[in-house]
Amino acid sequence: MNSLKRAFGLVWLILGPLVIYGLVDAAIQFIDPLGKKDINNPVVWIIIIGIFTPIAIGLMIFGWYAWKGDYDRLPHSSAELD
Amino acid sequence: MEVYLEFKYLSDMTLASIRRIIAASSVGTMIEWYDFYIFGMLAKTISLEFFPADNPTAALLSTLAIFAAGFIVRPFGALVFGRLGDKVGRKYTFLLTLILMGGSTFLIGCVPGYKSIGILAPILVLLLRLIQGLALGGEYGGAATYVAEHAPVGKRGLYTSWIQTTATLGLFVALGVILLVKSNMSEAAFTAEWGGWRFPFWISLLLVGVSVYIRLNMSESPLFAELKSSGKTAVNPLKESFQQRANFKLVLLALFGAVMGEGVVWYTGQFYAQSFLETKCKLDFEQSRTILLWAIAAATPFFVFFGWLSDRIGRKWILMTGMLLAVLTYRPIFGYFIDHSIALDPTATTIVLTSDLYWKFVGLVFLLIFYVTMVYGPIAAFLVELFPTRIRYTSMSLPYHIGNGVFGGLVPFIGLLLSTSLPGDPLVGLWYPIGITAVCFLIGVLYLDNKLDENVMD
Repeated sequence: MNSLKRAFGLVWLILGPLVIYGLVDAAIQFIDPLGKKDINNPVVWIIIIGIFTPIAIGLMIFGWYAWKGDYDRLPHSSAELD
Repeated sequence: MEVYLEFKYLSDMTLASIRRIIAASSVGTMIEWYDFYIFGMLAKTISLEFFPADNPTAALLSTLAIFAAGFIVRPFGALVFGRLGDKVGRKYTFLLTLILMGGSTFLIGCVPGYKSIGILAPILVLLLRLIQGLALGGEYGGAATYVAEHAPVGKRGLYTSWIQTTATLGLFVALGVILLVKSNMSEAAFTAEWGGWRFPFWISLLLVGVSVYIRLNMSESPLFAELKSSGKTAVNPLKESFQQRANFKLVLLALFGAVMGEGVVWYTGQFYAQSFLETKCKLDFEQSRTILLWAIAAATPFFVFFGWLSDRIGRKWILMTGMLLAVLTYRPIFGYFIDHSIALDPTATTIVLTSDLYWKFVGLVFLLIFYVTMVYGPIAAFLVELFPTRIRYTSMSLPYHIGNGVFGGLVPFIGLLLSTSLPGDPLVGLWYPIGITAVCFLIGVLYLDNKLDENVMD
């Protein structure tokens, strides 16, 4: 199980940049000053990319930790967190 | 020693006092949700009143009011009030969030329209909406932590599940109040500058007043009080939560292995379903609203059931089963909605369901909300048990509000994005909640423990 957890860590590590790329690509495709929908509005995209980039980086860190074996065993008391 | 302390004060508590704690915490949180929802439900009237589309600045402020309050300010509120709750205490922090939420909601109802004060109207509404988002970000973590820290071992899931019912009940009350006000006046009287649409905002002041009075008479969480008297409260909860690898990895696990999936299942069941019935299926306004009301009323007890069940069999597999069911059945359920409404008469502008079909729709929306109860009922106990007392408020609030506010809140936007890209498939918008839930299911199954933490004192 632990080797599976570590192997999937690489998947999460790669998924992070893919999410950012996907959002930027969609923003370029859909931003349209003449459009009336939310998806044409650059402000919406700035907010979404701005908030999702740190989350995607968080997913990469999660993947890194998983790959390094940090999740092989979860702590069972606060003493283990210190 | 710590287990002894926990045992001592919990044994001193009577059933009546724990009920009072749950009721006081839940009512306040429900009112916060009510306040947050009425803005969204009255968005059409509010935009006409405050954000005229022909003024580009007002339109920009409208976008910010809708998107920034949910996506940016809620997680930010989780950080601000989480820090305060871990330093000052749970009681005064969630009292403050309640006052901020109630005050800003009431004031939204008092702002004169764009016709009277011009651009000042949308600016004031935006500011008040941001305060609402900030307050909501701080409320939930406080209420869940407060109840959990009063709950005896073996009943944490059951007691915190009452907090979990509040978001749904808040939606129920908001829907009910708006329908009640609307049904007692003409459309013109409702949408006038000082018309009936303002009543739900004004009612908030009364609700919050009662709740503040109740909460003022409550004492501080015993676990936090013990921590404070022994001088062990966190000096810098933000640093401890997010800069210490041992704790930060748990924050990430909570977000990606549980709350991210829970958030999208929640929003899909309670919000996307309603907008899907109205916009894609072209269902009659009142029918779509009452379908949701019936389904919510029938499903709400299951929040408590799954909270109770999670005390017996663990939180993990209930959360994961709810997510798996959502992944497997979303497309068939939403496909049924399409096939039995607009597909029967593609030229219709409004579809009115027959009684038989109406109740079938109620049953299916109930099923969607039933999944919500599986993933949302045990989540507070799960989060509380994942983090230590001194940084609990901060650590659990942020993943909760990113999972629900950002991942969940984006369900309608990404749905629109997907249906614009691939207009041929009316169900294409479901790939976002299905995809996010599937990833979260995989992470949860792989990395989460099903172990119940008996001692949350540490």
